[in-house]
Amino acid sequence: MADGASNEAFVEFERVQKSYDGESLVVKDLNLTMPKGEFLTMLGPSGSGKTTCLMMLAGFETATHGDIRLGGVSINDIPPHKRGIGMVFQNYALFPHMTIAENLAFPLEVRKLGKAEQEEKVKRALDMVEMGSFGGRRPAQLSGGQQQRVALARALVFEPELVLMDEPLGALDKQLREKMQFEITHLAHQLGITTVYVTHDQTEALTMSDRVAVFDDGRIQQLAPPDKLYEAPENSFVAQFIGENNTLEGVVKEIKGNTCVVQLDGGEVIDAVPVNVSEVGERTRVSIRPERVEYNRDRLHEDAHTLKAEVLEFIYMGDIFRTRLRVAGNDEFIIKTRNAPDQVRLTPGTEIEIGWLAEDCRALDAT
Amino acid sequence: MRQKMRALMLVAPLLIFVVVTFIVPILSMLFRSVENDIVPNTIPGTVIALSQWDGSTGEPPQENVYRNLYIDLFKAEEAKQHTRLGTRLNYEQTGLSSLFRTTGRSLDDIGELWQDPLEDIDPNFEEGSFWFEMMSGTGGEDFLETRRELIATMSDEDMTGDVGFVPSMKIIEMLPWTARAYTDFALWAAIRDGDTVAEEDPWESVYGALGMDLTNPDTVSAINSYSGAGASALQAAAANLDQLPQFGFREAFTEEDKDWGSAKVWATIKLYSPSMTPGYFLNSVDMTLTPDGIEMKPDNQQIYTTLFTRTLIMALIITASCILLGYPVAWLLANLPMRTASILMILVLLPFWTSLLVRTSAWKVLLQQQGVINEILVWLGFVNDADRLILMNNATGTVIAMTHILLPFMILPLYSVMKTIPPSYQRAAKSLGATNWTAFWRVYFPQSVPGIGAGSILVFILAIGYYITPEIVGGTDGVFISNRIAYHISSSLNWGLAAALGSILLVVVLGLYWCYDKIVGIDNVKLGG
Repeated sequence: MADGASNEAFVEFERVQKSYDGESLVVKDLNLTMPKGEFLTMLGPSGSGKTTCLMMLAGFETATHGDIRLGGVSINDIPPHKRGIGMVFQNYALFPHMTIAENLAFPLEVRKLGKAEQEEKVKRALDMVEMGSFGGRRPAQLSGGQQQRVALARALVFEPELVLMDEPLGALDKQLREKMQFEITHLAHQLGITTVYVTHDQTEALTMSDRVAVFDDGRIQQLAPPDKLYEAPENSFVAQFIGENNTLEGVVKEIKGNTCVVQLDGGEVIDAVPVNVSEVGERTRVSIRPERVEYNRDRLHEDAHTLKAEVLEFIYMGDIFRTRLRVAGNDEFIIKTRNAPDQVRLTPGTEIEIGWLAEDCRALDAT
Repeated sequence: MRQKMRALMLVAPLLIFVVVTFIVPILSMLFRSVENDIVPNTIPGTVIALSQWDGSTGEPPQENVYRNLYIDLFKAEEAKQHTRLGTRLNYEQTGLSSLFRTTGRSLDDIGELWQDPLEDIDPNFEEGSFWFEMMSGTGGEDFLETRRELIATMSDEDMTGDVGFVPSMKIIEMLPWTARAYTDFALWAAIRDGDTVAEEDPWESVYGALGMDLTNPDTVSAINSYSGAGASALQAAAANLDQLPQFGFREAFTEEDKDWGSAKVWATIKLYSPSMTPGYFLNSVDMTLTPDGIEMKPDNQQIYTTLFTRTLIMALIITASCILLGYPVAWLLANLPMRTASILMILVLLPFWTSLLVRTSAWKVLLQQQGVINEILVWLGFVNDADRLILMNNATGTVIAMTHILLPFMILPLYSVMKTIPPSYQRAAKSLGATNWTAFWRVYFPQSVPGIGAGSILVFILAIGYYITPEIVGGTDGVFISNRIAYHISSSLNWGLAAALGSILLVVVLGLYWCYDKIVGIDNVKLGG
């Protein structure tokens, strides 16, 4: 969480449901609380309901059921233009018939600010995104990145307390996107505004956010800071969706406190952290991150659990090596190792022994 | 180069089609609006003779003009061209058409005034072969060709071919009028009628022309020393001048119709003698060319400026009402769900699949005083049975029916532009604090303006040239300039005036288009995408 963020709820979704056709729910029972100043990302595959949530917050869609509150006040019946929420759209939605300065002045004009004050605020906002000299141009004369900055400045110029961003970087190339990711987070934290950011790009979500809400099937699957999300996914959807992941299927044999014993389908028995398995005999899917698997005997922790593996493929990727193994009947078991001077390059066909710490191995639901 | 040629070949059929059916007619129309060949072509001699006449004295022209008129008019009457000339001149002065028509019928009678006494003096003058022998000779080839050309231009017929006659140079010098009249007769008889010149009795105009020659004392003395063919008959005629009419052709024409003695008639003919005239254009703007210069027509004859203004104003009203009615429909089309929108689209396009005439006639049924709309209004009690609304045969009818007919031309370009405006703009405006109205007016509307522009140009230009609908429901107050053009093309056959009116319309439209380009910019007009 950002510095200076209070824990008082600023944005609240309470038991919110949304259905477009009256039959199937696009958003099912959404509960979410955001403190002031937080940068929260809604991440999920398309059709998971994340954009619908954003549109309900902005006021372009109404919740079928439930309550959305902003600063403690229910905004269900407040039209979008009275909510005072800044928004950055996917394709920027800069008005093509107005200059950049006119675009920025628009929200100030409809708020009936004086001319001098308008000019001053527009100038400040443009300077903030380093676009000060572009006020007289039309949106079509700017590059994608520049339009992006202007869209951001326009969403911020009337000093909203909450800013929504709907996949704002989707149209930019990779390098520019990374630069803008940094600039947006920097700006958001600097101004102390609360931000809800929607994306389907997990890297973007992990690098920018204070917390990430992973959406699937109209529900939040997990709401956690990026590190927790990556290292401690709470179910197999999150584990699969965030980063690369190895799964081994098996049956829970024993649960004692913080560890459990899982017998894999190949017969091997391993230790794991039980996350959402509760009883013995339940089927489970064990998740291990590729970079937490070690095969170098010298580095292997003494408590590490070891398994036999056969090297199937070795891929040189520059900064890392990526090796595909067959482990316990799974042909798609990937391990990643850093390209260090003393690192061993595995040759396909050899038999090796791999291992990991039991705490890196999470027993999740089998669905 | 080869590639270019191939590409050109591909577009060639369309190019040729466009040139033949579009560019050529327009150029021809522009030309027709100033063309006035018919006067100098039909009465070439008269036009030349008339150029010496000073119309401001109020006196009719000299005998010489009437003589030329007789020679010109006689062959024109043979070719049935004199009535066309009369019709043409009638546009400028009423009464000239009938003057030419009646005079055409009495040209033979005028000739006989000389023919009868000449035949009494010497019976040889009755014989076609005698005339042929007397007039034939050598050296008159150039003279024959000149006359051949004049007669071809006048009658617009192919006059090439062997005449079997060459005028004698001697006769041409001695009897210039007779030589002209006889050569005209010989050409017409040989080529148009396919007869042998020697076997035909000459036209009455030949006797008249001999009468003209015999009034010249030099000719009389030349005849007396003449010894060629027909010398005795000519000398007999010259010796008995007292038996011939003692008056000239001016008197002969004035006797047939006193209008020929009117300086005003002659002034009009002289004014329209040049082969180009501004007359049609002046007519189109309710002016007229008089011997004293350009003048406005009398108030009760001014119709075209009124019609032009009315056409422009009504086209603007129609365009405006198309925008008002079409904008919401186009907005619905662009924003409704696909299924509903396509049903609505069919309703918009449905009129396109119905005949224009049927649609307009349907409006007749709806709008008339005993029609559907009035019946409903009376039944609902909004309107008294005694004073039903007059919705038809006036400007209201035209505006209502044409707005309906031209509406799709507004809706379609509007729709295709609106379709390209993403909904996110309005959302963005609302998220920035704009009310629905502000979001529409400041953000949506400016982006739909190119569609309004395209639709307006289409509707306005179509409306300004519309003709069927105003003709059917417009009555007299609701007709457009195009109805007048159509009238001149098909009923009054004054194509020159129709062309001038059409040219003015074309210039007005181009001018408005130019203004539009300056103000809105034609690049801002989008028909789609």
